[in-house]
Amino acid sequence: MSNEPTSTPIIEIRNLSFCYGDFQALENVNMSFVKNEVTALIGPSGCGKSTVLRTIDRMNELIPETRTEGEVLFHGKNIYDDDVDPVEIRRRIGIVFQKPNPFPKSIHDNITWGARINGYRGDMDELVEISLKRTALWDEVKDKLKQNALRLSGGQQQRLCIARTLAVQPEIILMDEPASALDPISTSKIEDLIYELKQRYTIIIVTHNMQQAGRVSDKTAFFMVNDARSGYLVEWGSTEEIFFSPRDPKTEAYISGRFG
Amino acid sequence: MSLLPITQGAEATEEFGGVDATRRNISRRRRISVVWKMTFYLATAIAVSALVVLLLTIINGAFGFVAVKNSIDPVLLTGPDRSMNDLSDAELITIIEENLSSGLVRRYNSEKPLTDRNSADLVAIVRERVVAPEIIESWNLAASLFQPGVIQKYVDQEAPSGTTLEFRVWLTPQFLVRPQSPDAQFAGVRTAVLGSIWLILITAVVAFPLGVGAAIYLEEYAEDNWINRIIQVNISNLAGVPSIIYGLLGLAVFVRFFGPVTSGAFIGVTTTTDATGRTVLSAGLTLALLVLPIIIISAQEAIRAVPQSMRDSSYGLGATKWQTIRHHVLPNSLDRILTGTILAVSRAVGETAPIMLVGASTVILTDPKGLFSQFTALPIQIWQWTARPQTEFRNVAAAAILVLLVLLLSMNAFAIVSRDRIRKRRLL
Repeated sequence: MSNEPTSTPIIEIRNLSFCYGDFQALENVNMSFVKNEVTALIGPSGCGKSTVLRTIDRMNELIPETRTEGEVLFHGKNIYDDDVDPVEIRRRIGIVFQKPNPFPKSIHDNITWGARINGYRGDMDELVEISLKRTALWDEVKDKLKQNALRLSGGQQQRLCIARTLAVQPEIILMDEPASALDPISTSKIEDLIYELKQRYTIIIVTHNMQQAGRVSDKTAFFMVNDARSGYLVEWGSTEEIFFSPRDPKTEAYISGRFG
Repeated sequence: MSLLPITQGAEATEEFGGVDATRRNISRRRRISVVWKMTFYLATAIAVSALVVLLLTIINGAFGFVAVKNSIDPVLLTGPDRSMNDLSDAELITIIEENLSSGLVRRYNSEKPLTDRNSADLVAIVRERVVAPEIIESWNLAASLFQPGVIQKYVDQEAPSGTTLEFRVWLTPQFLVRPQSPDAQFAGVRTAVLGSIWLILITAVVAFPLGVGAAIYLEEYAEDNWINRIIQVNISNLAGVPSIIYGLLGLAVFVRFFGPVTSGAFIGVTTTTDATGRTVLSAGLTLALLVLPIIIISAQEAIRAVPQSMRDSSYGLGATKWQTIRHHVLPNSLDRILTGTILAVSRAVGETAPIMLVGASTVILTDPKGLFSQFTALPIQIWQWTARPQTEFRNVAAAAILVLLVLLLSMNAFAIVSRDRIRKRRLL
């Protein structure tokens, strides 16, 4: 069902299942992610792609009465082992949510807060500048760093959230439909950004937008819902392959817009 | 209202019963919404007028004519050209010594020698003891305004000779600083106000950290299991327990069981023989228990109102649970927590029954000086004054109610101002 990855994976998911109470949301997912690549997770609503994303940095366990089975290997180490602290995982694997959610603090403090609580000792102003430059936000906000972040536009807020994630220096950035709440111009800025960021980071992005997946990703994974309403991985591979020569007819049907 | 032209496509279809039925339907629905709007308007109007009536009743009692008869006309003491304040201290002392019984003079001297007292103090003694005005009758504000003729006629014809009529404002600066007195004219609320302030402080200092701490535990840490659900239900029910039950609890626990602690005997504040747990500390602790469930519930609601997305982004950056609570949950719920706490505490300030049970005294002349003092409080004082037969004590009670209302209103105003300040700082 999967192709062999060409280089060593940074994340490897093995037999991953996830339950909300009695409801199995995700069934036996196996896939891996390669360093400095963008992987898009696509599929209809409720297929578990966001759940997969949240299992990768253990955000899923913040929801009460959930159960995770299987392994998520990060540099070969299972992050669900007892001796792994989720706090460390979440610093090294950052996440950006669907709705821009900056803290109700100044732009400056939004960037520095995460770094500070993680014990960052470098120059904070420099960190702010670097992070904002990497998200192409610096020129727009450099004169109003003390201003409350909630006064920025939605697109600027989302780029600030990405900058905030970069400031704690993660290796992987998870993005949960980062542009779905934004207008087309902001969306294209985010997409350009993803292209830039992939030079330094490994990116996993959930998206409903086929064109977006096609534009930004190197690999694509297609998820579906089975009759028990559980999500499962149909197939994954290079984006080109999934889009132009999928092996499973369901993938082709979904991508060509015949359902979902 | 002019009718919209009926055009092709805009005409109501058969399913809606045609154009006329559609229009009738619209006007019927409009009538119904007007009726509901009026209902809600009426509810508001009834509530507001009840409050207005309450306030007017109190104001009505706090002002009005009094018919006063002095034992000695002040003019006889001072002479026609001078007022009492113009007299020298020596003259005042002479007046006191000439007119009062030697026993009473000795008592004043033993409290504090007359020669050491300032003139205001001496004038007060002369006014109270020598002039000794006696209230023959008192009237409320409505009677004073609308039936001055009846009142004048009463003073001229029925009252004993020498009775004069004066308009009295019962709520005066002196009323605030004088202690309790058996004579309505010289009674004040200082002891009661100080007692109430002590109660506010103790209640807030004890209930706020406990309440917020419990709310944080229940909202952020407690798992959703049956024990915690029982705790939650119990806290909600405790908020509805009658306050007198808390009084009984306070009596049993703080006054009796922890008597050696609440009386201060354990650190030697009082000697054990006359030690009693009926102190302002016991009452404050009882009121703290009383408002604790309300503070917990309102703090829980405040914490719950912090969006999950904010917690998620905090955790997503590698924050621990405590860092998330400390830096995001608490700062963003503090305004509501504070408002809830202050409203709960101002609720407690008005409580009478529980503190009566734990030993607020109705007649107490000394100010509370610390945690282990005996005390009285405004609602106790008001209750005691309204229970007296003399009509003038109702005026005094009305004035005390005004003091209590002002105290409560200023606490609520403080709550609103501090909430707005916190909010503004957050969104700047």
